[in-house]
Amino acid sequence: MSTGAGRIAWARRRRAAGKLWRDFADSRSGLVGLAALLGIVLIALLAPLWISADDLSVIKATGGILTPPSGEFWLGTDHAGRSVLDLTVYGARVSLLVGIAAAVLSVGIGTIVGMLSGHFGRWVSAVLMRVTDFFLVLPALVLAIALSTMLERGLSTIILAIGVTSWPSTARLVRAQTLTIEARPYIERAQALGGGHPHILLRHVLPAVLPLVLANTTLAVGSAIISESTLAFLGLGDPSKVSWGLMLKQALDTGSVTAGAWWYLLPPGIAIVAVVLSFTLCGRALEIVVNPNLKAGRR
Amino acid sequence: MVDMLTTTEPVAELPGGERAAGRVRALGTARFVAVKIGGGLVSLLLVVVLGFFLFRALPGNPIRSITTDSHTSIEQIEKLRAEWGMDEPLPGQFVEYLGDLLRWDLGTSFKYKQPVGDLILGRIGPTLLLTGAALLLALVLGLWLGTRAAWRHGSRFDRLATGTSLVLWSVPTFWLGLIALMVFAVALDLFPTAGMTTPGGVDGFLPAVLDVAHHLVLPAVTLTAVTYAQYLMVMRSSLLEEMNADYLTTARAKGLTDDQVRRRHAVPNALLPTVTIIFLHTGLLVSGAVTVETVFSWPGLGLLTYNAIGFPDYPLLQGTMIVLAGAVVVMNVLADLVYRLLDPRVRAA
Repeated sequence: MSTGAGRIAWARRRRAAGKLWRDFADSRSGLVGLAALLGIVLIALLAPLWISADDLSVIKATGGILTPPSGEFWLGTDHAGRSVLDLTVYGARVSLLVGIAAAVLSVGIGTIVGMLSGHFGRWVSAVLMRVTDFFLVLPALVLAIALSTMLERGLSTIILAIGVTSWPSTARLVRAQTLTIEARPYIERAQALGGGHPHILLRHVLPAVLPLVLANTTLAVGSAIISESTLAFLGLGDPSKVSWGLMLKQALDTGSVTAGAWWYLLPPGIAIVAVVLSFTLCGRALEIVVNPNLKAGRR
Repeated sequence: MVDMLTTTEPVAELPGGERAAGRVRALGTARFVAVKIGGGLVSLLLVVVLGFFLFRALPGNPIRSITTDSHTSIEQIEKLRAEWGMDEPLPGQFVEYLGDLLRWDLGTSFKYKQPVGDLILGRIGPTLLLTGAALLLALVLGLWLGTRAAWRHGSRFDRLATGTSLVLWSVPTFWLGLIALMVFAVALDLFPTAGMTTPGGVDGFLPAVLDVAHHLVLPAVTLTAVTYAQYLMVMRSSLLEEMNADYLTTARAKGLTDDQVRRRHAVPNALLPTVTIIFLHTGLLVSGAVTVETVFSWPGLGLLTYNAIGFPDYPLLQGTMIVLAGAVVVMNVLADLVYRLLDPRVRAA
């Protein structure tokens, strides 16, 4: 009996996933974003196959200092004679890792706060929303700077600093969605059957807010990558890990910008824009699929 | 973004008599102002607590960070701790810190060996000039383009405006600044590369003003480029919500031209939610100013923060954080009050 019910549930889930994919595939920009993302992730994962630690070492660099693009170095070399192409490709690893981890952390905090505040109401909601509104208006970058100067330098600090400063908008979104869902009759039915708070939150509310949370995470990765590069540019990143923000910081610090070394300045920036834009396109397409308000009325 | 719009207070029923209504309204206004200012004060206190928590209570406190890699004796550490009052229990430290803050005593900067309060006061002017200029430009550009895009939504202009905003949203502020620096200041040599004034100074009042304006162009334009897109999107979606309203049909039926309908009827209503969101986003403007000031060495609070990072100068960082966050909180209280002035529905409540 239970296996039969399980099979029906799985069939329903498969159908829902299929519909989600078909709706998503309707959006051309969403597909473009997804294809670009898959390509970038693949390159980032495979990068160590042809880029060794020696290629990224300041001491063992083989090229001349700040040479323009040539047959040997397609995107020229940096202030230490390293290949800008290798650095840019390798930088994708840190940016993607930090961006995705920080976005998951931020959306996780936001979802928990939003669900609790929407579910419990009264003073829990009042206190949580007060805190959310407080963090919503604060300049997140300034907070992240303070946090990352006080903790030990490293990727985990950057992830933490971005994650704990960027959750409030997710919390508001999830709270609104929780309130809508809890007004529906099936929640009342679950309560009448004796479902406690954990049961209602985990088995009924969470699955219903999950699609929205997924779309939100995709959008959050984009802004987290921008925050990561900004923090690295301000000198708060891990100086031993190649990242796009660190490259741009070194370009400014070593005078490569004022020397007119455009081949050092353009690749990391274009890489950031490409990745962030892909995540944004995917996120917006997903948002339209999962948020009925957006599908019907406004574009 | 839609969830931010719900801050509007529910419209209460108007009581019967005109005078009673007036009195209730005055009382309501007083209560509203008191609640908003009270909320603002609580937020300011939270900022202060946050500043204390971040810089004193976190495990990586200033003394440990300073003394990890140098050979410091225990006596020296104890001396430093006593100097900053860190040998006292936390609640005592907090009371002292609060008292100092109320007297505008933010400690002495490690790097500049000057009172942090004085350093900050000296840097507020340039930051206000930069953010003010950028905000003004971004508002004019964003609201104008957003109105045009929404009014002809789906047109080529709309797609171009929306697409550009999306791309600009994906561009890190500092990178855009670096590009502007390389193209306009280095390659074309049209603008200075750094600072707010020409070293050595210029003679006369007017040349001095023009000199500052000349230095202001690149940073202000960079900050505008990354902020106007948000205003455009907010104005666009806000106007789109009004597009199908009945009162616009009435206005058209009256025989008003398309331009008049837009300017006199649609835009004023769409502006209201836009104003709130713009104030809510002051934090983003401040964050943008930090990076732009760093790229162009603009001598404001952002550059001061950046210089404090490298040292690291904890009292200075704490000071700039409290001032920047506090300014944003104050702006938001102002936004709530202005909103009440602008929106008759809220005013009547």
